[in-house]
Amino acid sequence: MSARGELRTGLVWTAPFWIGFALFTAVPVALSIRYGFTQYDLIEDPLPVGGANYAEIAHDPVFWTALRNTGIFAACSVTLNTVVALALALLLEQKLRGRELVRALVFAPTLVPISAVAVGWLWLLKRDDGLVNTALGALGVAGPDWLGDADWALATLVLMSGWIVGAQVMVFTAALRDVPKSLLEAAAVDGATAWSRLWRITLPTISPAVAFNVIVSAIWALQVFALPLIMTRGGPQNSTLVLSMYVYQNAFQYGRMGYASALAWIQFALTCALTIAAVRFARRRVHTRVGAAG
Amino acid sequence: MSARTRPVRAAVTYTLLVACACAWAAPFVWMLSTSIKPESQALDPGVGLLPNLGGTGFFGSLRALADQIAVNYGGVLESESADFPTYYRNSIVVALASASLMTISSAFVAYGFARVRWPGREVAFAVVLGTMMVPFTVVMAPQYLLFKELGLIGTLLPLWLPSAFAGAFSVFLLRQFFMGLPPELDEAARIDGCGHFGIFWRVVLPNSTPALAAVFLLQFVAAWNDFVGPLVFLNHQEQYTLALGLQMYQSSHGGTPWSLLMAACVLTILPVLLVFALFQRAFTESVATRGLKG
Repeated sequence: MSARGELRTGLVWTAPFWIGFALFTAVPVALSIRYGFTQYDLIEDPLPVGGANYAEIAHDPVFWTALRNTGIFAACSVTLNTVVALALALLLEQKLRGRELVRALVFAPTLVPISAVAVGWLWLLKRDDGLVNTALGALGVAGPDWLGDADWALATLVLMSGWIVGAQVMVFTAALRDVPKSLLEAAAVDGATAWSRLWRITLPTISPAVAFNVIVSAIWALQVFALPLIMTRGGPQNSTLVLSMYVYQNAFQYGRMGYASALAWIQFALTCALTIAAVRFARRRVHTRVGAAG
Repeated sequence: MSARTRPVRAAVTYTLLVACACAWAAPFVWMLSTSIKPESQALDPGVGLLPNLGGTGFFGSLRALADQIAVNYGGVLESESADFPTYYRNSIVVALASASLMTISSAFVAYGFARVRWPGREVAFAVVLGTMMVPFTVVMAPQYLLFKELGLIGTLLPLWLPSAFAGAFSVFLLRQFFMGLPPELDEAARIDGCGHFGIFWRVVLPNSTPALAAVFLLQFVAAWNDFVGPLVFLNHQEQYTLALGLQMYQSSHGGTPWSLLMAACVLTILPVLLVFALFQRAFTESVATRGLKG
Protein backbone atom coordinates (compact mmCIF):
# COMPACT_ATOMS: atom_id res chain seq x y z
CA MET A 1 0.00 0.00 0.00
CA SER A 2 1.22 3.53 -0.72
CA ALA A 3 2.20 5.83 2.14
CA ARG A 4 -0.88 7.93 1.48
CA GLY A 5 -3.10 4.90 1.51
CA GLU A 6 -1.54 3.81 4.78
CA LEU A 7 -2.04 7.23 6.29
CA ARG A 8 -5.66 7.22 5.22
CA THR A 9 -6.25 3.77 6.75
CA GLY A 10 -4.62 4.86 9.99
CA LEU A 11 -6.66 8.03 10.22
CA VAL A 12 -9.92 6.19 9.45
CA TRP A 13 -9.33 3.77 12.32
CA THR A 14 -8.37 6.51 14.74
CA ALA A 15 -11.04 8.93 13.46
CA PRO A 16 -13.30 8.69 16.54
CA PHE A 17 -10.49 10.07 18.62
CA TRP A 18 -9.68 12.95 16.27
CA ILE A 19 -13.31 14.07 16.03
CA GLY A 20 -13.64 14.07 19.81
CA PHE A 21 -10.22 15.71 20.15
CA ALA A 22 -11.30 18.58 17.89
CA LEU A 23 -14.71 19.03 19.54
CA PHE A 24 -13.91 18.56 23.21
CA THR A 25 -10.23 19.46 23.52
CA ALA A 26 -8.67 21.46 20.65
CA VAL A 27 -11.51 23.92 20.00
CA PRO A 28 -12.27 24.44 23.71
CA VAL A 29 -8.57 25.02 24.41
CA ALA A 30 -8.35 27.55 21.57
CA LEU A 31 -11.53 29.30 22.74
CA SER A 32 -10.25 29.34 26.30
CA ILE A 33 -7.04 31.08 25.19
CA ARG A 34 -9.14 33.68 23.40
CA TYR A 35 -11.60 34.18 26.29
CA GLY A 36 -8.64 34.81 28.58
CA PHE A 37 -8.10 38.08 26.73
CA THR A 38 -11.74 39.18 26.82
CA GLN A 39 -14.42 40.25 29.21
CA TYR A 40 -17.24 37.74 28.81
CA ASP A 41 -20.38 37.48 30.90
CA LEU A 42 -22.14 34.82 28.75
CA ILE A 43 -24.93 37.26 27.82
CA GLU A 44 -23.12 39.71 25.57
CA ASP A 45 -20.40 38.84 23.07
CA PRO A 46 -16.85 38.59 24.40
CA LEU A 47 -15.25 42.03 24.57
CA PRO A 48 -11.50 42.07 23.89
CA VAL A 49 -9.60 43.63 26.79
CA GLY A 50 -6.01 42.63 26.00
CA GLY A 51 -4.04 41.46 29.01
CA ALA A 52 -6.35 43.10 31.55
CA ASN A 53 -7.44 39.80 33.07
CA TYR A 54 -3.87 38.72 33.68
CA ALA A 55 -3.00 42.13 35.11
CA GLU A 56 -5.97 41.88 37.46
CA ILE A 57 -4.95 38.37 38.57
CA ALA A 58 -1.53 39.68 39.62
CA HIS A 59 -3.25 42.06 42.07
CA ASP A 60 -6.10 39.78 43.14
CA PRO A 61 -5.57 38.81 46.79
CA VAL A 62 -8.09 35.96 46.50
CA PHE A 63 -6.04 34.46 43.66
CA TRP A 64 -2.90 34.56 45.79
CA THR A 65 -4.78 32.93 48.66
CA ALA A 66 -6.05 30.20 46.33
CA LEU A 67 -2.57 29.71 44.88
CA ARG A 68 -1.07 29.44 48.35
CA ASN A 69 -3.74 26.97 49.51
CA THR A 70 -3.31 24.87 46.38
CA GLY A 71 0.48 24.85 46.80
CA ILE A 72 0.32 23.86 50.46
CA PHE A 73 -2.32 21.23 49.80
CA ALA A 74 -0.37 19.74 46.88
CA ALA A 75 2.98 19.64 48.69
CA CYS A 76 1.57 18.10 51.88
CA SER A 77 -0.86 15.76 50.20
CA VAL A 78 1.70 14.38 47.72
CA THR A 79 4.17 13.71 50.54
CA LEU A 80 1.59 12.13 52.81
CA ASN A 81 0.01 10.04 50.03
CA THR A 82 3.34 8.69 48.88
CA VAL A 83 4.52 7.78 52.37
CA VAL A 84 1.19 6.22 53.40
CA ALA A 85 0.88 4.29 50.14
CA LEU A 86 4.43 2.97 50.34
CA ALA A 87 4.00 1.95 53.98
CA LEU A 88 0.75 0.15 53.16
CA ALA A 89 2.25 -1.59 50.14
CA LEU A 90 5.23 -2.78 52.20
CA LEU A 91 2.94 -3.99 54.98
CA LEU A 92 0.68 -5.82 52.52
CA GLU A 93 3.74 -7.49 50.94
CA GLN A 94 4.32 -9.42 54.20
CA LYS A 95 2.77 -12.86 54.22
CA LEU A 96 -0.01 -12.08 56.66
CA ARG A 97 -3.38 -13.70 57.08
CA GLY A 98 -6.21 -11.41 56.00
CA ARG A 99 -4.08 -9.11 53.89
CA GLU A 100 -6.32 -9.56 50.85
CA LEU A 101 -9.22 -8.18 52.85
CA VAL A 102 -7.16 -5.18 53.97
CA ARG A 103 -6.01 -4.65 50.37
CA ALA A 104 -9.65 -4.48 49.27
CA LEU A 105 -10.53 -2.11 52.15
CA VAL A 106 -7.67 0.23 51.23
CA PHE A 107 -8.81 0.27 47.61
CA ALA A 108 -12.46 0.98 48.46
CA PRO A 109 -12.19 4.78 49.01
CA THR A 110 -10.56 5.14 45.58
CA LEU A 111 -13.44 3.30 44.00
CA VAL A 112 -16.56 4.97 45.38
CA PRO A 113 -17.92 8.44 44.55
CA ILE A 114 -15.91 11.23 46.17
CA SER A 115 -19.15 12.93 47.22
CA ALA A 116 -20.15 9.88 49.30
CA VAL A 117 -16.68 9.73 50.87
CA ALA A 118 -16.81 13.45 51.62
CA VAL A 119 -20.28 13.32 53.18
CA GLY A 120 -19.23 10.31 55.26
CA TRP A 121 -16.21 12.20 56.59
CA LEU A 122 -18.31 15.30 57.33
CA TRP A 123 -20.22 13.08 59.72
CA LEU A 124 -17.07 11.54 61.25
CA LEU A 125 -15.47 14.95 61.73
CA LYS A 126 -18.42 16.77 63.29
CA ARG A 127 -17.08 19.05 65.99
CA ASP A 128 -18.92 17.97 69.11
CA ASP A 129 -20.35 14.52 68.58
CA GLY A 130 -18.46 13.17 65.54
CA LEU A 131 -16.88 9.74 65.91
CA VAL A 132 -13.32 11.09 65.59
CA ASN A 133 -13.66 13.66 68.35
CA THR A 134 -15.59 11.24 70.54
CA ALA A 135 -12.77 8.72 70.21
CA LEU A 136 -10.16 11.41 70.91
CA GLY A 137 -12.21 12.55 73.90
CA ALA A 138 -12.16 9.02 75.27
CA LEU A 139 -8.35 9.21 75.11
CA GLY A 140 -8.42 12.52 76.93
CA VAL A 141 -7.62 14.67 73.89
CA ALA A 142 -9.86 17.58 72.97
CA GLY A 143 -10.25 17.28 69.21
CA PRO A 144 -10.23 20.45 67.11
CA ASP A 145 -13.09 21.73 64.99
CA TRP A 146 -11.62 19.91 62.00
CA LEU A 147 -13.49 21.65 59.21
CA GLY A 148 -14.80 24.76 60.94
CA ASP A 149 -11.49 26.16 62.18
CA ALA A 150 -9.54 28.13 59.58
CA ASP A 151 -6.26 26.87 61.07
CA TRP A 152 -7.29 23.23 60.71
CA ALA A 153 -9.49 22.92 57.63
CA LEU A 154 -6.74 22.63 55.00
CA ALA A 155 -4.77 20.19 57.15
CA THR A 156 -7.92 18.10 57.58
CA LEU A 157 -8.34 17.90 53.80
CA VAL A 158 -4.71 16.81 53.47
CA LEU A 159 -5.25 14.07 56.07
CA MET A 160 -8.38 12.92 54.25
CA SER A 161 -6.51 12.74 50.95
CA GLY A 162 -4.05 10.40 52.68
CA TRP A 163 -6.94 8.00 53.14
CA ILE A 164 -7.65 7.85 49.38
CA VAL A 165 -4.47 6.10 48.21
CA GLY A 166 -5.76 2.84 46.71
CA ALA A 167 -4.37 3.48 43.23
CA GLN A 168 -0.92 4.41 44.55
CA VAL A 169 -0.82 1.29 46.73
CA MET A 170 -1.60 -0.84 43.64
CA VAL A 171 1.24 0.80 41.71
CA PHE A 172 3.71 0.23 44.56
CA THR A 173 2.51 -3.36 45.03
CA ALA A 174 3.13 -4.13 41.36
CA ALA A 175 6.58 -2.52 41.55
CA LEU A 176 7.55 -4.39 44.72
CA ARG A 177 7.16 -7.69 42.88
CA ASP A 178 10.17 -6.73 40.75
CA VAL A 179 12.50 -6.32 43.73
CA PRO A 180 14.99 -9.21 43.48
CA LYS A 181 14.34 -11.52 46.44
CA SER A 182 17.80 -13.07 46.19
CA LEU A 183 19.43 -9.69 46.69
CA LEU A 184 17.32 -8.98 49.80
CA GLU A 185 18.17 -12.39 51.23
CA ALA A 186 21.87 -12.01 50.52
CA ALA A 187 21.85 -8.60 52.23
CA ALA A 188 20.06 -10.07 55.25
CA VAL A 189 22.67 -12.83 55.47
CA ASP A 190 25.39 -10.17 55.36
CA GLY A 191 23.74 -8.54 58.36
CA ALA A 192 22.02 -5.57 56.74
CA THR A 193 19.12 -4.29 58.85
CA ALA A 194 15.58 -4.16 57.46
CA TRP A 195 15.89 -0.38 57.35
CA SER A 196 19.05 -0.36 55.27
CA ARG A 197 17.66 -3.05 52.95
CA LEU A 198 14.67 -0.77 52.38
CA TRP A 199 16.85 2.26 51.62
CA ARG A 200 19.56 0.54 49.61
CA ILE A 201 17.71 -2.17 47.69
CA THR A 202 13.94 -1.80 47.73
CA LEU A 203 13.56 1.95 47.22
CA PRO A 204 16.16 2.25 44.42
CA THR A 205 14.49 -0.64 42.57
CA ILE A 206 10.99 0.83 42.80
CA SER A 207 12.09 4.44 42.23
CA PRO A 208 10.29 4.59 38.83
CA ALA A 209 7.04 3.74 40.64
CA VAL A 210 7.76 6.40 43.27
CA ALA A 211 8.31 8.97 40.54
CA PHE A 212 5.14 7.91 38.73
CA ASN A 213 3.05 8.15 41.90
CA VAL A 214 4.48 11.51 42.89
CA ILE A 215 3.77 13.00 39.46
CA VAL A 216 0.23 11.59 39.17
CA SER A 217 -0.68 12.66 42.73
CA ALA A 218 0.77 16.11 42.13
CA ILE A 219 -1.34 16.61 39.01
CA TRP A 220 -4.42 15.46 40.95
CA ALA A 221 -3.62 17.66 43.95
CA LEU A 222 -2.98 20.78 41.86
CA GLN A 223 -6.44 20.33 40.32
CA VAL A 224 -8.28 19.22 43.46
CA PHE A 225 -11.86 20.46 43.43
CA ALA A 226 -14.68 18.15 44.56
CA LEU A 227 -13.17 17.37 47.96
CA PRO A 228 -12.93 20.98 49.26
CA LEU A 229 -16.13 21.96 47.46
CA ILE A 230 -18.20 19.41 49.36
CA MET A 231 -16.36 19.44 52.68
CA THR A 232 -15.82 23.16 53.22
CA ARG A 233 -17.00 25.13 50.16
CA GLY A 234 -13.63 26.88 50.31
CA GLY A 235 -14.15 28.20 53.84
CA PRO A 236 -13.76 29.04 56.60
CA GLN A 237 -12.42 32.46 55.52
CA ASN A 238 -11.17 31.10 52.19
CA SER A 239 -8.73 28.85 54.07
CA THR A 240 -9.52 25.92 51.73
CA LEU A 241 -10.24 27.88 48.56
CA VAL A 242 -8.20 26.18 45.81
CA LEU A 243 -7.49 27.32 42.25
CA SER A 244 -10.01 24.99 40.56
CA MET A 245 -12.75 26.25 42.84
CA TYR A 246 -11.89 29.87 42.15
CA VAL A 247 -12.01 29.17 38.39
CA TYR A 248 -15.41 27.50 38.82
CA GLN A 249 -16.78 30.35 40.92
CA ASN A 250 -15.71 32.97 38.41
CA ALA A 251 -17.07 31.05 35.43
CA PHE A 252 -20.39 29.84 36.76
CA GLN A 253 -21.24 31.93 39.81
CA TYR A 254 -19.82 35.39 39.09
CA GLY A 255 -20.43 35.13 35.31
CA ARG A 256 -16.80 36.08 34.54
CA MET A 257 -15.85 33.58 31.83
CA GLY A 258 -12.92 35.68 30.61
CA TYR A 259 -11.35 36.00 34.03
CA ALA A 260 -12.01 32.34 34.75
CA SER A 261 -10.28 31.31 31.51
CA ALA A 262 -7.22 33.39 32.36
CA LEU A 263 -7.11 31.80 35.83
CA ALA A 264 -7.43 28.32 34.34
CA TRP A 265 -4.47 29.00 32.04
CA ILE A 266 -2.32 30.10 34.93
CA GLN A 267 -3.28 26.90 36.76
CA PHE A 268 -2.47 24.83 33.65
CA ALA A 269 0.88 26.57 33.16
CA LEU A 270 1.84 25.92 36.78
CA THR A 271 0.80 22.27 36.54
CA CYS A 272 2.82 21.82 33.34
CA ALA A 273 5.89 23.57 34.74
CA LEU A 274 5.87 21.51 37.92
CA THR A 275 5.21 18.26 36.07
CA ILE A 276 8.04 18.87 33.62
CA ALA A 277 10.37 19.77 36.48
CA ALA A 278 9.35 16.61 38.35
CA VAL A 279 9.83 14.42 35.27
CA ARG A 280 13.29 15.90 34.65
CA PHE A 281 14.28 15.45 38.27
CA ALA A 282 12.93 11.91 38.31
CA ARG A 283 14.78 11.00 35.12
CA ARG A 284 18.12 11.97 36.63
CA ARG A 285 17.59 10.51 40.09
CA VAL A 286 15.74 7.37 39.06
CA HIS A 287 18.39 6.30 36.56
CA THR A 288 21.41 6.89 38.76
CA ARG A 289 19.88 5.13 41.74
CA VAL A 290 18.80 2.12 39.73
CA GLY A 291 22.25 2.07 38.18
CA ALA A 292 23.90 2.16 41.60
CA ALA A 293 21.76 -0.74 42.75
CA GLY A 294 23.05 -2.75 39.82
CA MET B 1 16.47 -13.22 61.51
CA SER B 2 16.85 -14.97 64.85
CA ALA B 3 14.13 -17.19 66.23
CA ARG B 4 13.81 -14.88 69.23
CA THR B 5 12.77 -11.75 67.30
CA ARG B 6 10.35 -13.52 64.96
CA PRO B 7 7.27 -13.63 67.28
CA VAL B 8 7.80 -9.97 68.24
CA ARG B 9 7.98 -9.00 64.60
CA ALA B 10 4.84 -10.98 63.77
CA ALA B 11 2.97 -9.31 66.64
CA VAL B 12 4.01 -5.86 65.44
CA THR B 13 3.06 -6.46 61.81
CA TYR B 14 -0.29 -7.99 62.74
CA THR B 15 -1.06 -5.05 65.03
CA LEU B 16 -0.27 -2.70 62.16
CA LEU B 17 -2.44 -4.73 59.80
CA VAL B 18 -5.39 -4.63 62.18
CA ALA B 19 -4.90 -0.89 62.77
CA CYS B 20 -4.97 -0.26 59.01
CA ALA B 21 -8.03 -2.46 58.59
CA CYS B 22 -9.80 -0.40 61.26
CA ALA B 23 -8.72 2.96 59.83
CA TRP B 24 -9.95 2.07 56.35
CA ALA B 25 -13.09 0.21 57.38
CA ALA B 26 -14.28 2.50 60.19
CA PRO B 27 -15.76 5.29 58.02
CA PHE B 28 -17.75 2.75 55.99
CA VAL B 29 -18.84 0.77 59.04
CA TRP B 30 -19.91 3.93 60.86
CA MET B 31 -21.77 5.11 57.76
CA LEU B 32 -23.67 1.83 57.60
CA SER B 33 -24.28 1.84 61.34
CA THR B 34 -25.65 5.41 61.33
CA SER B 35 -27.89 4.60 58.38
CA ILE B 36 -29.85 2.00 60.37
CA LYS B 37 -30.39 4.09 63.51
CA PRO B 38 -33.20 6.42 64.46
CA GLU B 39 -31.91 10.01 64.22
CA SER B 40 -31.95 10.54 68.01
CA GLN B 41 -29.63 7.55 68.52
CA ALA B 42 -27.49 8.41 65.50
CA LEU B 43 -26.54 11.68 67.20
CA ASP B 44 -25.45 9.88 70.38
CA PRO B 45 -22.01 8.30 69.84
CA GLY B 46 -22.51 6.22 72.98
CA VAL B 47 -25.08 3.99 71.29
CA GLY B 48 -22.60 1.68 69.58
CA LEU B 49 -22.88 0.00 66.21
CA LEU B 50 -26.45 -1.27 66.50
CA PRO B 51 -29.38 0.83 67.68
CA ASN B 52 -31.50 0.00 70.75
CA LEU B 53 -34.91 -0.53 69.27
CA GLY B 54 -36.64 -2.61 71.90
CA GLY B 55 -38.38 -5.69 70.55
CA THR B 56 -38.49 -8.89 72.58
CA GLY B 57 -36.21 -11.80 71.89
CA PHE B 58 -33.86 -12.27 68.95
CA PHE B 59 -36.54 -12.26 66.30
CA GLY B 60 -38.35 -9.31 67.88
CA SER B 61 -35.13 -7.23 67.78
CA LEU B 62 -34.46 -8.33 64.24
CA ARG B 63 -37.96 -7.28 63.25
CA ALA B 64 -37.51 -3.88 64.92
CA LEU B 65 -34.19 -3.41 63.09
CA ALA B 66 -35.75 -4.32 59.74
CA ASP B 67 -38.51 -1.79 60.39
CA GLN B 68 -35.96 0.94 61.20
CA ILE B 69 -34.00 0.15 58.02
CA ALA B 70 -37.22 0.41 56.02
CA VAL B 71 -37.99 3.76 57.66
CA ASN B 72 -34.54 5.25 56.92
CA TYR B 73 -33.94 3.91 53.42
CA GLY B 74 -37.60 4.41 52.52
CA GLY B 75 -37.27 7.97 53.81
CA VAL B 76 -34.37 8.60 51.42
CA LEU B 77 -36.05 7.05 48.39
CA GLU B 78 -39.30 8.92 49.04
CA SER B 79 -37.68 12.17 50.18
CA GLU B 80 -39.38 15.35 49.04
CA SER B 81 -36.23 17.44 48.79
CA ALA B 82 -34.41 14.94 46.55
CA ASP B 83 -35.61 12.39 44.02
CA PHE B 84 -33.25 9.45 44.52
CA PRO B 85 -35.06 6.94 42.24
CA THR B 86 -34.58 9.41 39.38
CA TYR B 87 -30.91 9.98 40.32
CA TYR B 88 -30.45 6.21 40.24
CA ARG B 89 -31.96 5.98 36.79
CA ASN B 90 -29.82 8.88 35.54
CA SER B 91 -26.63 7.40 36.98
CA ILE B 92 -27.36 4.02 35.41
CA VAL B 93 -28.15 5.55 32.01
CA VAL B 94 -25.03 7.73 32.04
CA ALA B 95 -22.69 5.02 33.31
CA LEU B 96 -23.93 2.34 30.89
CA ALA B 97 -23.97 4.65 27.86
CA SER B 98 -20.57 6.11 28.70
CA ALA B 99 -18.94 2.72 29.35
CA SER B 100 -20.37 1.06 26.22
CA LEU B 101 -19.45 3.90 23.89
CA MET B 102 -16.02 4.30 25.42
CA THR B 103 -15.23 0.60 25.02
CA ILE B 104 -16.33 0.43 21.37
CA SER B 105 -14.73 3.69 20.22
CA SER B 106 -11.48 3.10 22.11
CA ALA B 107 -11.19 -0.42 20.67
CA PHE B 108 -11.34 1.01 17.13
CA VAL B 109 -8.80 3.70 17.87
CA ALA B 110 -6.51 1.32 19.74
CA TYR B 111 -6.56 -1.07 16.76
CA GLY B 112 -5.51 1.84 14.55
CA PHE B 113 -2.52 2.45 16.82
CA ALA B 114 -1.60 -1.17 17.50
CA ARG B 115 -2.18 -3.01 14.23
CA VAL B 116 -2.27 -0.50 11.37
CA ARG B 117 1.07 0.85 10.16
CA TRP B 118 0.91 4.47 9.08
CA PRO B 119 3.31 7.40 8.86
CA GLY B 120 3.11 9.71 11.88
CA ARG B 121 1.56 7.07 14.10
CA GLU B 122 3.94 7.59 17.02
CA VAL B 123 3.50 11.37 17.03
CA ALA B 124 -0.26 10.91 16.84
CA PHE B 125 -0.18 8.56 19.81
CA ALA B 126 1.78 11.13 21.80
CA VAL B 127 -1.04 13.59 21.08
CA VAL B 128 -3.53 11.06 22.45
CA LEU B 129 -1.55 10.72 25.67
CA GLY B 130 -1.04 14.48 25.83
CA THR B 131 -4.79 15.05 26.19
CA MET B 132 -4.54 13.52 29.66
CA MET B 133 -2.54 16.58 30.71
CA VAL B 134 -5.24 19.15 29.90
CA PRO B 135 -7.05 20.07 33.12
CA PHE B 136 -10.83 20.10 33.12
CA THR B 137 -10.85 23.70 34.39
CA VAL B 138 -9.32 24.87 31.09
CA VAL B 139 -11.94 23.23 28.89
CA MET B 140 -15.00 23.32 31.13
CA ALA B 141 -16.19 26.82 30.26
CA PRO B 142 -15.84 26.41 26.45
CA GLN B 143 -17.35 22.91 26.64
CA TYR B 144 -20.28 24.32 28.57
CA LEU B 145 -20.76 26.98 25.88
CA LEU B 146 -20.49 24.35 23.14
CA PHE B 147 -23.16 22.16 24.73
CA LYS B 148 -25.31 25.23 25.33
CA GLU B 149 -24.95 26.18 21.65
CA LEU B 150 -26.07 22.66 20.70
CA GLY B 151 -29.02 22.90 23.08
CA LEU B 152 -27.74 20.03 25.20
CA ILE B 153 -27.49 21.80 28.55
CA GLY B 154 -30.38 20.43 30.53
CA THR B 155 -29.99 16.93 29.09
CA LEU B 156 -27.78 14.02 30.14
CA LEU B 157 -25.93 14.00 26.79
CA PRO B 158 -22.91 16.10 27.83
CA LEU B 159 -22.12 13.44 30.42
CA TRP B 160 -21.83 10.51 28.01
CA LEU B 161 -21.48 11.90 24.49
CA PRO B 162 -17.71 12.60 24.78
CA SER B 163 -17.21 8.90 25.57
CA ALA B 164 -18.26 8.06 22.00
CA PHE B 165 -14.95 9.58 20.83
CA ALA B 166 -12.53 7.37 22.77
CA GLY B 167 -10.42 8.35 25.76
CA ALA B 168 -6.66 8.50 26.16
CA PHE B 169 -6.41 6.07 29.05
CA SER B 170 -8.73 3.46 27.49
CA VAL B 171 -6.91 3.68 24.14
CA PHE B 172 -3.60 3.29 25.96
CA LEU B 173 -4.79 0.23 27.85
CA LEU B 174 -6.32 -1.50 24.81
CA ARG B 175 -3.39 -0.68 22.50
CA GLN B 176 -1.07 -2.24 25.05
CA PHE B 177 -3.19 -5.38 25.12
CA PHE B 178 -3.63 -5.60 21.32
CA MET B 179 0.13 -5.32 20.81
CA GLY B 180 0.59 -8.30 23.10
CA LEU B 181 -1.56 -10.56 20.87
CA PRO B 182 0.58 -12.83 18.66
CA PRO B 183 0.86 -11.40 15.10
CA GLU B 184 0.53 -14.95 13.70
CA LEU B 185 -3.19 -14.67 14.39
CA ASP B 186 -3.44 -11.70 12.02
CA GLU B 187 -1.50 -13.46 9.31
CA ALA B 188 -3.69 -16.54 9.46
CA ALA B 189 -6.76 -14.35 9.10
CA ARG B 190 -5.16 -12.37 6.28
CA ILE B 191 -4.45 -15.56 4.34
CA ASP B 192 -8.11 -16.43 4.81
CA GLY B 193 -8.91 -13.17 3.01
CA CYS B 194 -9.69 -10.90 5.97
CA GLY B 195 -9.06 -7.16 5.74
CA HIS B 196 -8.38 -4.92 8.73
CA PHE B 197 -12.01 -4.95 9.78
CA GLY B 198 -12.17 -8.73 9.58
CA ILE B 199 -9.04 -9.07 11.69
CA PHE B 200 -10.38 -6.55 14.21
CA TRP B 201 -13.79 -8.18 14.44
CA ARG B 202 -12.93 -11.87 14.21
CA VAL B 203 -9.45 -12.05 15.73
CA VAL B 204 -8.57 -9.08 17.93
CA LEU B 205 -11.87 -8.43 19.71
CA PRO B 206 -12.69 -12.05 20.64
CA ASN B 207 -9.18 -12.46 22.06
CA SER B 208 -9.30 -9.27 24.11
CA THR B 209 -12.29 -9.75 26.36
CA PRO B 210 -10.35 -9.22 29.63
CA ALA B 211 -9.03 -5.85 28.44
CA LEU B 212 -12.39 -4.81 27.01
CA ALA B 213 -14.08 -5.73 30.29
CA ALA B 214 -11.53 -3.72 32.26
CA VAL B 215 -12.08 -0.63 30.11
CA PHE B 216 -15.85 -1.01 30.39
CA LEU B 217 -15.70 -1.34 34.18
CA LEU B 218 -13.26 1.51 34.73
CA GLN B 219 -15.37 3.83 32.59
CA PHE B 220 -18.58 2.67 34.29
CA VAL B 221 -17.14 3.50 37.69
CA ALA B 222 -15.61 6.79 36.48
CA ALA B 223 -18.95 7.91 35.03
CA TRP B 224 -20.86 6.77 38.12
CA ASN B 225 -18.48 8.68 40.39
CA ASP B 226 -18.10 11.80 38.25
CA PHE B 227 -18.97 14.88 40.27
CA VAL B 228 -17.62 17.88 38.38
CA GLY B 229 -19.20 16.98 35.00
CA PRO B 230 -22.76 16.84 36.39
CA LEU B 231 -22.07 19.94 38.49
CA VAL B 232 -21.11 21.98 35.42
CA PHE B 233 -23.43 20.55 32.75
CA LEU B 234 -26.69 19.85 34.58
CA ASN B 235 -29.02 22.55 35.77
CA HIS B 236 -32.24 20.77 36.74
CA GLN B 237 -32.68 18.47 39.68
CA GLU B 238 -34.44 15.88 37.51
CA GLN B 239 -31.18 15.30 35.63
CA TYR B 240 -28.93 14.91 38.65
CA THR B 241 -26.88 11.77 39.00
CA LEU B 242 -26.42 10.15 42.41
CA ALA B 243 -22.99 11.68 43.02
CA LEU B 244 -24.35 15.20 42.57
CA GLY B 245 -27.80 14.50 44.06
CA LEU B 246 -26.17 13.28 47.25
CA GLN B 247 -24.19 16.49 47.63
CA MET B 248 -27.31 18.56 47.03
CA TYR B 249 -29.25 16.45 49.54
CA GLN B 250 -26.52 17.18 52.07
CA SER B 251 -26.01 20.87 51.43
CA SER B 252 -29.23 22.55 50.37
CA HIS B 253 -31.24 21.26 53.31
CA GLY B 254 -29.15 21.79 56.41
CA GLY B 255 -31.87 19.91 58.26
CA THR B 256 -31.35 16.57 56.49
CA PRO B 257 -31.07 14.02 59.31
CA TRP B 258 -27.64 12.37 59.44
CA SER B 259 -29.17 8.91 59.56
CA LEU B 260 -30.92 9.53 56.23
CA LEU B 261 -27.84 11.18 54.75
CA MET B 262 -25.76 8.11 55.59
CA ALA B 263 -28.45 5.86 54.10
CA ALA B 264 -28.19 7.94 50.92
CA CYS B 265 -24.40 7.50 50.97
CA VAL B 266 -24.80 3.74 51.30
CA LEU B 267 -27.23 3.72 48.38
CA THR B 268 -24.73 5.69 46.26
CA ILE B 269 -21.76 3.51 47.15
CA LEU B 270 -23.37 0.08 47.06
CA PRO B 271 -23.64 -0.42 43.27
CA VAL B 272 -19.96 0.41 42.75
CA LEU B 273 -18.86 -1.88 45.55
CA LEU B 274 -20.97 -4.69 44.09
CA VAL B 275 -19.45 -4.20 40.64
CA PHE B 276 -16.01 -4.15 42.25
CA ALA B 277 -16.61 -7.31 44.28
CA LEU B 278 -17.82 -9.14 41.17
CA PHE B 279 -14.98 -8.07 38.90
CA GLN B 280 -12.10 -7.44 41.30
CA ARG B 281 -9.50 -9.15 39.13
CA ALA B 282 -10.17 -7.04 36.07
CA PHE B 283 -9.79 -3.88 38.16
CA THR B 284 -6.61 -4.70 39.96
CA GLU B 285 -4.92 -6.00 36.82
CA SER B 286 -5.72 -2.89 34.82
CA VAL B 287 -4.47 -0.59 37.56
CA ALA B 288 -1.30 -2.63 37.86
CA THR B 289 -0.78 -2.30 34.09
CA ARG B 290 -1.13 1.45 34.32
CA GLY B 291 1.51 1.48 37.01
CA LEU B 292 3.99 -0.70 35.17
CA LYS B 293 3.74 0.89 31.78
CA GLY B 294 3.04 4.47 32.81
